Amino acid sequence: MIELILADRCTRCDICVRVCPTNVFDAAAGEVPVIARQGDCQTCFLCELHCPVDALYVDPDCENPRPADPAAIAATDWPGQYRRDSGWGRWRGRHADESWRMDGIFAIAREQLSDG
Amino acid sequence: MSELDLDADVLVLGGGLAATWAALSAADAGATVVLADKGYCGTSGVTATAGVSHWLVPPERRAAAMAERRSIAAGLADDAWMARVLDETWRRLHAYDLPFPAAVNGRRPYRTIRGPEYLRAMRRLVKRAGVRILDHHPALELLADADGRVRGAAGVRRQHGGGRWRVRAGGVVLATGGCAFRSHLLGARGNTGDGLLMAAEAGAELSGMELSAYYTPAPAFSTITRSMSYLFGTYVDSAGRELDLPPAEGRVEALARALLEGPVRVRLDRMPVAIRERLRRVQPNFMIPFDRRGIDPFRDLFEVTLRGEGTVRGVGGVRVAGPDCATTVPGLWVAGDAASREPIAGAVSGGGAQNSAWAVSTGTWAGAAAARAVPEPRHRLRPLGRAGMRPVAATSALSAEEVAAAVRDELNPYEKNLFRTDAGLRASLDVLDALWPAVRGGLRGSPVAIREAAALVAAGRWAYRAALHRPESRGMHRRTDRPGPDPALTTGLHIGGLDRIWHRYAPVPREAVAR
Repeated sequence: MIELILADRCTRCDICVRVCPTNVFDAAAGEVPVIARQGDCQTCFLCELHCPVDALYVDPDCENPRPADPAAIAATDWPGQYRRDSGWGRWRGRHADESWRMDGIFAIAREQLSDG
Repeated sequence: MSELDLDADVLVLGGGLAATWAALSAADAGATVVLADKGYCGTSGVTATAGVSHWLVPPERRAAAMAERRSIAAGLADDAWMARVLDETWRRLHAYDLPFPAAVNGRRPYRTIRGPEYLRAMRRLVKRAGVRILDHHPALELLADADGRVRGAAGVRRQHGGGRWRVRAGGVVLATGGCAFRSHLLGARGNTGDGLLMAAEAGAELSGMELSAYYTPAPAFSTITRSMSYLFGTYVDSAGRELDLPPAEGRVEALARALLEGPVRVRLDRMPVAIRERLRRVQPNFMIPFDRRGIDPFRDLFEVTLRGEGTVRGVGGVRVAGPDCATTVPGLWVAGDAASREPIAGAVSGGGAQNSAWAVSTGTWAGAAAARAVPEPRHRLRPLGRAGMRPVAATSALSAEEVAAAVRDELNPYEKNLFRTDAGLRASLDVLDALWPAVRGGLRGSPVAIREAAALVAAGRWAYRAALHRPESRGMHRRTDRPGPDPALTTGLHIGGLDRIWHRYAPVPREAVAR
């Protein structure tokens, strides 16, 4: 579930408020948005993907809140990893989209399985 | 609170793959279009979090592709529909500039596309076509004229202080997705079957609701239901014994049986190293949970679970009553996972490839057909919402959250949904049927949460009632008390109604087609 908005990175653009499919955030005029409905978070990480400044952190636990320490999280590459691996923003052109390999990978898996 | 009252030729409910293709199609036909999404059009729906492959087959290979699907559809699919979907998907995917991966060996791979990029691009196309997008405008109910023809919908502006919205339209396209019964399937929290409830309140019929028992592996703590890598897994039970899972047929059932005995752990050690190294570029969200828990999934054992996909990757939904995706209710069309996918999938899941092709083609047809409906702004409209909106008794003590949890606990456990029995289904129906009067009476919670709870209960009742009335095993509908198909039940099973649920067996419609 969504755990953190890193205040020193957040530019108050409110993109997360708009794009969250389950309406987890509330805008707060001129302030960092508020995680108003954490229990509605569907742990899809799409807010991280859409945040241009890597200011959000979603813990992978989808059932229980797991409070996280902002300084510890800021020291990791986690808040920006989805964006980086998707080649969005400043990563554009540096992480090629290889999703077209999925069909081939499925085929390799099935072949391995049927060979025992 | 601010209110919003709009007129349009076409109103599309939903904001995912089918909804955006429908809006695009209606706008291209010259209609003024409003798209109202519960969430944000661009991140809503199960495609936005996934990577999808389309059932995209060049003309010369279509006969073989259809024969392959026919052989597994257990007699419930229709060749003519398969051919139409293949044809329309091919045409539509080549007609727009979509963010397919860059050319490989000079050929653009049109089949596969990453979800976030796909939906972001669909939003842009929809906006460019002049569609008015209402994000965070969940629909609560349909509106109809005195003749029962659907002519709009109304709902809540959840980022505008909860004010109400109302759109009057010539035609309404329901593209609100399937029902995942709150299983923690990735991207599916909002998939609570709202569209099925609204359609049923208007008198629409459902079909294939018993075909709703598809499960996908994920780390036990996580939502990342991406099945591909789990085919490379070594699975062990709590005693450390390696599980002997069948390669294909029966694999999920075997894993579920092991999970009923106790925790199962997996390591993805059979994945070739070359694939591991590029997995982040193939599926950028796959490694997120592992990285954040310090797990090397190729070396370390981690606990695995199976998450139910309800009618999302299951088949059931509103019955498509005509080639343009009309429902049995005038003024109402249906597309994507909200529509029963039986015409192309039969009794098995369409998987990602068929499901996305279904969304593209049914969205296209429903949008175009709704655009031909003529708006009549002078009609006096009647709101159709009942359960949880217009209580028939004093508000019950139950909260929407409690009701949703109760439905989740009936529709997801493997012993109840994957391994069905007459007695088990009846026991679950007792629970679900007992919830309905409480839902009709009114629950505690926000208007949206209450309607979601009502839709979850309704969808669960249809799914299990239909499962009870199909005393056989066919495709993904597995009755452990009735193994194997009953030839007499090679038939559609239509269902509907809310306070009183009805069902009817109906021959599979087969349009004449030259084989």
